[in-house]
Amino acid sequence: MSEILIEDRTVVVPGEILAKGMDYLPGENTYRKDDTIHAKVLGLTSVTGRVIKLTPLAGPYFLKSGDKIIGRVIDITMSGWRIDTDTAYSAMLNVRDASTRFIKKEEDLSKILAIDDYVIVVITNVTSQRLIDVSMRDPGLRKVEGGRIIKINCQKVPRVIGKKASMISLIKEKTGCEITVGQNGLVWVKGTPEGEFKVQRAIKMIEENSHLSGLTEKVESFLGGAN
Amino acid sequence: MAYKERLDGRKDNELRPMEAKIKVIPNAAGSASFKIGKTWAIAAVYGPREVFPRFLADPKKGLLRCHYSMMPFSGSGERIRPGSSRRAQEIAMVMTKALEPVVDLSEFPNSVVDVFVELPQTDAGTRCAAISAASMALADAGIPMTDMVSAVAVGMADDKIIADLTYKEEHIHEFNEDSKGAPVSDIPIAMIHSTKELSLLQMDGEISKEDLLKALEMGKEAIEKVYQVQVKALKEIYTEA
Repeated sequence: MSEILIEDRTVVVPGEILAKGMDYLPGENTYRKDDTIHAKVLGLTSVTGRVIKLTPLAGPYFLKSGDKIIGRVIDITMSGWRIDTDTAYSAMLNVRDASTRFIKKEEDLSKILAIDDYVIVVITNVTSQRLIDVSMRDPGLRKVEGGRIIKINCQKVPRVIGKKASMISLIKEKTGCEITVGQNGLVWVKGTPEGEFKVQRAIKMIEENSHLSGLTEKVESFLGGAN
Repeated sequence: MAYKERLDGRKDNELRPMEAKIKVIPNAAGSASFKIGKTWAIAAVYGPREVFPRFLADPKKGLLRCHYSMMPFSGSGERIRPGSSRRAQEIAMVMTKALEPVVDLSEFPNSVVDVFVELPQTDAGTRCAAISAASMALADAGIPMTDMVSAVAVGMADDKIIADLTYKEEHIHEFNEDSKGAPVSDIPIAMIHSTKELSLLQMDGEISKEDLLKALEMGKEAIEKVYQVQVKALKEIYTEA
């Protein structure tokens, strides 16, 4: 006899029993012990058919190949740059992957990317030991110039972007700012000082209220007719 | 020799009033405050982040590192020397051991999760308050955990088995007229909630085997109350007002 003990979209704490019996399947951030399914993180439940998974309410960023992130140059080596990813692990940006143009052997790498420059990069490889390779060759990937960096909880990134990027395009449209959201929780904003400030407040608002519904309307009324 | 009514009028198995809150340190990845009577612990979690010194890093899984400290003004008036001491190091070690079984850092090799616990005010039961606060702070930080850990002290003052001893009860022979020279024992325990396993069991003083088993049974029930407070604090900020 299987039964589910929680409703969809409720907050559960680690260890809490979500379901009993073998008819339900443990999804992300849950685990099975004997015939019960437990939560493995403080999160919001989401039940689809027989699968129970949890959306964490906070938590560290899990580096994933293919993710677009924002990083900071922390070192220049013989073969490239070391990038701080705002996680426990730093990434390597090879000279080969830094630009579509050919970089000569004797070129001064600090002229291309200096220490403390922020870059928008994509993760190309993650090893089991968390050695990370990133690339800057695809369109839209580059060194950022001007603007400001905002740090948010990386679990809120999907909320900031919204379904089919609805939220982020709303903010862009209302404030006229250029915005890039890295999956690691760093957000780059560039526009007028007032616009940047407004974006910063809107993003903080999304972060604080991400577990509630009707967020797009709230953000819309916050941004109002601002332009 | 008898300890009839408890000094603060509580029932034998009654805990001091508890109060818990999360997100008290905005800068930290996760944080919690846990008060039980006059004992107050604040925990902050940072990481996973890079390990220093490097040689401590484990390439198979992340490291959990606890830090325990009583604030200089936290005692009964005597200044407590700040910084590490033999006692603080021991408590930090037992805290790490109490929390390690539930924390799953296999996804974060070569990294460390730091848990800092400070106690602004103390009245016995600090390591238990520290563990309860740390467990909440880890959950708040979104660290993968198989379960919550709750802790409380039980013990025997004179001839009475009681839960959640105060400083005065730990020194019952000084504070109760009828208990001169009576034995006292203080048993801090931490329990992993769903499996009911003990991840911390220490003892100070003396107690018979029968009484110890009775005390642990009492501790089990008391810990359930601590757990309820922890869960409530973790959930309440996410429920719509």
